[in-house]
Parts: sequence; structure tokens; C-alpha cells
Amino acid sequence: MNITKEDLDKVALSEEEYGLIIQGLGREPTEVELGILGSLWSEHCGYKHSKPLLKLLPSKSKRVMVEPGEENAGVVDIGDGLVVVMKMESHNHPSAVEPFQGAATGIGGIVRDIFTMGARPIALMNSLCFGPLSQVHNRYLCNGVVDGIAAYGNCLGIPNVGGEISFSECYSTNPLVNVLCLGIAHEGELVSSSAGGEGNLLMLAGADTGRDGIYGASGLASRTFGGDQELRPTVQVGNPFLEKLLIEACLELARTDWIVGMQDLGAAGLTSSAIESAAKGGCGLDLDVLKVPRREENMTPYEVMLSESQERMLLIVKKGYQDRVKALFDHWEVPSVVIGQVTGDGMAVIREGEEITAEVPVSLLSSPPLYRPRARKPSWLGEVQSFDARSVPDLKPRQCNPTLLQLLSSPNIASKEAVYRQYDHQVMNNSVVLPGSDAAVLRVKGTRKGLALTTDSNGKYCYLDPFVGGVIVVAEAARNLVCSGAEPMAITDCLNFGDPEKKEVYYQLRECVKGIARACRELQLPVISGNVSLYNEARDGAIYPTPVIGMVGLLDDVSTCCTTSFKDEGDLVFLLGEVLSRDEGRDGLGGSEYLEMSHGLVRGRPSIDLALERRVQRCLLEAIRAGLVKSAHDCSHGGLAVTIAESCIAGNIGFRGGISCRLEEQPEGETKATSADVRLDSVLFGERQSRIVISLTRSALVKLSRITRKWRVPLAFLGEVGGQYLVVEGYLDLPLARAKKSWKGGLPRALSGNA
Amino acid sequence: MKFGIVVFPGTWSDRDCHYAIHDVLGGGADYIWHKETSLFGYDCVVLPGGFSYGDYLRAGAIARFSPVMREVERFAMSGGVVIGICNGFQILCEAGLLPGVLLPADHLQYRCQWVNLRVENNSSPFTSGCHKGQVLKIPISHYEGNYYADEATLQELESNEQVVFRYSTASARITSAANPNGSLHNIAGIVNREGNVLGMMPHPERACEAILGSTDGNVIWESIVEYYQRRSG
Repeated sequence: MNITKEDLDKVALSEEEYGLIIQGLGREPTEVELGILGSLWSEHCGYKHSKPLLKLLPSKSKRVMVEPGEENAGVVDIGDGLVVVMKMESHNHPSAVEPFQGAATGIGGIVRDIFTMGARPIALMNSLCFGPLSQVHNRYLCNGVVDGIAAYGNCLGIPNVGGEISFSECYSTNPLVNVLCLGIAHEGELVSSSAGGEGNLLMLAGADTGRDGIYGASGLASRTFGGDQELRPTVQVGNPFLEKLLIEACLELARTDWIVGMQDLGAAGLTSSAIESAAKGGCGLDLDVLKVPRREENMTPYEVMLSESQERMLLIVKKGYQDRVKALFDHWEVPSVVIGQVTGDGMAVIREGEEITAEVPVSLLSSPPLYRPRARKPSWLGEVQSFDARSVPDLKPRQCNPTLLQLLSSPNIASKEAVYRQYDHQVMNNSVVLPGSDAAVLRVKGTRKGLALTTDSNGKYCYLDPFVGGVIVVAEAARNLVCSGAEPMAITDCLNFGDPEKKEVYYQLRECVKGIARACRELQLPVISGNVSLYNEARDGAIYPTPVIGMVGLLDDVSTCCTTSFKDEGDLVFLLGEVLSRDEGRDGLGGSEYLEMSHGLVRGRPSIDLALERRVQRCLLEAIRAGLVKSAHDCSHGGLAVTIAESCIAGNIGFRGGISCRLEEQPEGETKATSADVRLDSVLFGERQSRIVISLTRSALVKLSRITRKWRVPLAFLGEVGGQYLVVEGYLDLPLARAKKSWKGGLPRALSGNA
Repeated sequence: MKFGIVVFPGTWSDRDCHYAIHDVLGGGADYIWHKETSLFGYDCVVLPGGFSYGDYLRAGAIARFSPVMREVERFAMSGGVVIGICNGFQILCEAGLLPGVLLPADHLQYRCQWVNLRVENNSSPFTSGCHKGQVLKIPISHYEGNYYADEATLQELESNEQVVFRYSTASARITSAANPNGSLHNIAGIVNREGNVLGMMPHPERACEAILGSTDGNVIWESIVEYYQRRSG
């Protein structure tokens, strides 16, 4: 075979890698072998640029049962004999090419990762980033992605309980579509993905194999691509109905003892699923592509092996049980067929009838070369970080009302109801706190427990300071769970970055991962699963470095869960956590939504005190568990005024307070508002970490103060709940209905192009 | 008494119905696979929500040809109590057991949200535990739930008091703002002329526990049980 540079490009392999292949095989590879190696050694499957970094992330805790990479998803023990299985994955590139199917098959893939392990999927969540909706193409992408998620997820009957959507120019043409799935199983019911037992059979169940999605892993997900290429044929088409049948059939199969393993077919199709399970089991395999049912004629072995047709499962069936397995799938009207067997010689043999088309050691396939690319701190970083608040004028008191309304209606802050009401978020009868709060809360049937779930990202902070941004994303996700009364338990992450072969991008990746690792250690949180999506490059270069953190937390008693909404007339409102400071760079304006919206600036340097963060979280959790807190809302995006407004809107009740310009801590731990020369924009709209707006009854105050003193956490009085106005004396005075209209109307207007 | 919950390929409210009837209310309930050809031993048949056959054709259009549906028809003709929820309502309309059709929502989007239902008729087996004009808070989750029938059929439904639930405000007012999908006459649920077959778009099985936000759906299951006890007692 005569290999050209073009042939290698097609499978995203370098000439050096080709040399390694020849060395490993002792000969030149066949076409099929080259395709298989290209896929398995791709960034998407092989993590060749990110693996060394991922080792920095802590992955153990006393609850963790399955760590990253061991199986399709991570597993944590929640007691009562139950385990939670969780993973998040990106489908950015397919969604950029074909938003509806790209997002839909993203849901399909992540759901398969969960039920493959024998766990029933019980919740979906997603984190989406798009370019500004003022551009028609971004609206097309956003509406298409949302439609795709709704169409696929709703058909499956798995609740989509929330997530986040954000907008920034850098995601134009390269949207981020990260989807998370959470499953639940009894401890003994988990199924491994590893093959084993010489003579055991490989069965393929589900959809027929077509030509869709060939080169998905090596092509779409592992390099950048120009705008003019017609890439739609590399995007797969989903069939959620078949997936629903597969869920039921596979979960039923998981309760039998007829199989040794189960593995879904995802990126790189049959190739990666078969080879990965053989690699995990330390065995070989022999499969015949002629036995694979096809939906198209004249498919080559290459196409069959690399097709990414959706809704397919590989079953590793104990010898002699194939008829029972087939009967089980027949009942669910899902086709299944034996395509090969497990062997003991460590070789992956792919044949087409009698003819062997590939024969490669599994060990070579599953050990891609690892790279530690060179990192370089971007030269522009110092410049964007330097921000002197004195360079922009402070707000005048009369500007506060319109600024708040404008912020409330900006798509990054406005209500996301227009999106999440298109997702079934209540099926399965577990949804206690619905989308729109800081975190979703699900009860665990048969126990008193609850699970809280959130996804968080902040590309802008990570752009301004990759390390600190990474820290903050983890801290904020944990804070969101704590606000709902849950103890944070485990993380799944999606690392969305640009081209890692660019030194500046690799620097961002490395620093973000270090930041995440730092926060994980401080907050004692393990990363149990995740995925890396590199080569996210839009027209004007790389996207913001955007790690997305999915986090699950546990409530021992779900009835104690807390929401963001103000509840009753006369309740007192406090700011728990970091108080204002005049220290350089601590005004919270840098990187804020306000600064970008009002002054068109993306500058400054976010900051966080992790030790304080941890104390604030412990403090709030103790107060919520003691029943002292009636509402808690993370105060970050949009600042204090937006946070208060959101709690008012959620509770349909007003607020009256007298925050003047400074919140100063009093010796007894409680603080009073006093006026001073701190900036108005900083007080109302500055974004600082480790702050939570809470409300409580007057009678709970003494007990709460005791807890805040114990944790050395500042507590500042803000005002009282009541009425139908949002009032901050001297600065804000708005009818609640007006604020609500802006907040609710912002996104629908933008989505329809009438912003 | 025993509820039989029909499971078509693609049904997903089966488990929620079973949970509400059995786990919450302590009633007897079994699943019935769509290939069954006997409904012997069941006192009420439930056609739950979901996407039967993926609803790739018109919602419910394929499921109505499932083997079990011939039995459901026979069961209904002989006075058996049948309740179709969401996709089940669509299937009942496709099967001709209820008049009218369920069109895509007027806004052309899937919607999952809480709605208020005003009870229009409390003499049906499904609502005897309610009082007329009572408002039930129950969620919807559908795309094709926009009830449509020709004028004559609507007249007939109204004059026979076959409209059981209408979308309303929390204070029982029938307004267009309270209508989540464009249904004619704000119709959310109807019975057949004989009153023993109910189709409704909202999901009463989801409003079964306070922690989920409402227990208003339970009155429907309780009414069915009471109806059965009255009839057999």
C-alpha cells in the first residue's frame, strides 16, 4: 500500500505516528488497519494531548467506586445499596455542522454510556454556548440544538432537569454542546464493559450499520476544519425510539447472568467499542464484518468498522447464552446478531468472510502515543488582565434601574425558561426542584435521599485567567449544590478548548486543569468521568477556554432542600460570605457581565479565596440542615442586584433594603450597611465569589449568627422580603412585574431575532 | 380492583402511572405488553404517555393497530373504564374511541409545564371525587395536544357534557392565556358519550406527591376506584 500525506491527513495521523505503526506491526498497515488506528489514536478516543494533564485531577474519595477511564462512566456510592453513575460528553463539532442531529445524537450517546453500565438513566442536563443571538446563524444553531435535545430526550422519557446556556462572540460557528447524564443502579447490578473469556461471543444489537458518521472521531472531533467543507455526511442521524427500546432491553439483560460485558458504540463505532472492551479485558477478538447487518449496499470492511451509526450496542455474551439474549432482544423488537468471538491471543482480527482485512495487537491499538505539547503563556494575557476600574465612569444613581433591567434581559442572565420548557423535566416522578434554580434536585425513590445536580462554566473567567477560572468553575458548581442543601459529591467534566498544538491553547488547557485540580483538592471533590473536546476553533481563532463542570451532590433528607425564591413577607435577607473590599482588583468588575454589557470590555482578573469559599459552603450547609434558611441563591453572575431580583422573581414577592455603598463587618460577625466611597457599579453589579444571598425568619437569626461565627463567615444584612417592589433605597426602585418582564422576555426576544 | 397499564414500544409514563396507582395509593396495577390479546382480570385500562413507535408518523397512529387495541375497544364497548393520558389520549382518538384529533401546538413547540384544569363534569367515573369548578394543578408534557374537532362535534361534546377538563387560570377562569397549546374551547380532557372512556393531555400520575409539587392528580385514580366499588358493591 502506498501511503501519501493525504491518506494520513484523512485519518488525522502524522508521519511520525505512521512510523510508530510500522514499528509496532513490523510491516505497513492495510487500509482498514490504518483507519482503525487513526480513529483509536485520535484525540477523541485516545486523549493523546490531554491524558498526562488529566492525571492531575483527583479521582478518589470514599464514595468513588469507578474512576475515570475504567468504565464508560464514573460511579459513586450513595448508601442504601444504591450507586449513581454519571458522565458528561461534548458534541460540539457535529452540532456545528448539523445542530439538530448533532445535539440529538449527543443525548443518545451519553445516555448509552449510562445504561451500558446497567444503570437506569434518570436525569439529563446540558451546558450550551453559542455566539450572540443577534447573528442569524447563531440563532439557527441555538434553535437547532435545543430542538434536537428536546426531540431526542423527550422521546426517551428521561427528564432534562436543567443546565446552562451562555453566549459570547467566540462561540460563533463553534457552539459548545455538552450533555450530562446521571443514572442510578443497585450496587450489584453494574455491568462491566470489558470483554473476556475465550470463546465468548460478540453480539451486536440495535440499528443496522450505514455509512453515516465515518471519520467522526478522527475527522470532526480531532482537528480543525474550514468553513466551506461539506461535512454533513459525517454527522449521524438519531433514532430515539430505537434507543428507548435498547434502554429497556439492555437493562433487562443487565439483570441476567448471560453476559460478561456490554459496551455501546460511539465515536469510531464498532472499532473503538470492540477494541476498548478487548483492551480492558486483556484479550483478543475475531469478528466478521459480513455478519454485521447493514442498511446500505456494498459497504467495505473499512466503512463497517468505522461507521458511527447510532443506537448500537456490543454485547459480550457467555458462550451458549446467545439464543436467550436474542430472544430477549426479539421481545423488545430489537435486532441482535453474533458477529464474532473473544480470543485469547491478544490480537484484533477483522475479517470479511474468509479474508482477513486487519490483524493488529490490541495493545498497539489501545496505546496511542502521548504528547506533552509545549505551552506558552499568551502574550496578550497580561494586557487583558490589567484593568483599572478608574478607566470607566461609575454609575449614577439614576442609571441603576435601567442597568438592572438591561442586565436582567441580557441572554446570559435572563430566564432560560423559553428553552427548558421544551424539555420534559418531570417524567419519572423524581423532580423536586425544577430547572431555573441554582441546581436541580431529584428525590431517590425508596429512600429519604435526594440528588442535586448542576453544570457550570465560565469561559470568560477562564480566558482572563485560566488557572483562577478553573478554580472558580468548580467552586461555583459546588456552591450551587450547597445552595440547594446538598453535600457536593463528585464531578464529571468536559474540557472544551482550541487546537492544543498551539502553545497558547495548550497553556490555557494546562492552567485550567491545574485550577480545577486545585479546587477539587481544597473542596475534597473527585473527578469521576469526563471528556475532552479540543480543536474548537471559530473564525477568529480559539474559543474561550471553557471547562464545564457537572457536579452531583447528596441530600440525606430531600425534604430539607432549599430553593432560590424569597418566601414570606417580613423574612430577613442577608449576604453570606465575602464582603466588599477596596483592595485592588477586588471590586468584582473585571470579567463581569456588567462591564461587557455597559462598557464593551472583557478585561480584569477574577479572584477567589478558596479557604473562605470552603467555609462559606460548610456554613451554609449547616444552616440549611438546621432548618434556618428559607432561600439561598448563589450571588455571582450579574452581581448582587441581579441575584436579589432573581430571588424576588422566583418567589413573586418584593424586597426592600438599604444597601448603601459599603458592607462592613462588625465585631459580632453581623454587618451593617454603612456608606463610604466604594463604587456603586461594584456594589450592585460586581461579581465576586463565595457570596450567597439568603433569607430567613427573624427568629432564626440568633442561631444563624452562631453558625456563621463558628465558621468565621461574614454575614451582612441587606433588607427584608415583602411587597411587590424591588427597592434598594436611593438606587433601585422597580415594580417586580417590570423586572420579571425583562428577565422573562430577554431570551425569547433574542431567540426570535427581535432583541 | 386492578388497573392494567398498557405498554407500547416507546411508552414511558407506564412506570409513573404504576408508581402513582400502586406505590402512592396502594392500588393493584400490572403492566400489559401491547401484544397481549386478553384484558381478563382488569377493571380499568390505562393507556399511558410516551412516544409509541417514536410517534414518527402522527402521534398514536401506529399504536392503535397494536394487538392489544382490539381488546381495549371491546373492553370499552362493554362499559369497561379506560383512561388515556397524553399519548394515550392521542391513541384513543386515532382508534376512534374518542372524537376529534390532537394537532401540534399552535406555537409549534413541545411544552412541559404546570397547568391548571377546571373540572367541568364531576359525574364521570374519573372525577366523582371532585366538585364542579374545582381547579386541579397538573403538568403537561407534549407537542401534539391541541384538541381539534369540527363544529358539530364540539357542539355535541358541550351539550352532552363530555368535556371533563378545561385549561383555566388558578382562579378557574377560562382564558386564552391559560391555554398552553391552542386547544379549541380550552379542552384538556374529554369522555366518550357513554362516559367510560377518558382522554386527557395532562399527566395526573405526575401530580401524586406533595414533594413533586401537587397531589391533585390522585383524585382521578381515587374516583375510578370509588366508581368501581360503587358499581360492584
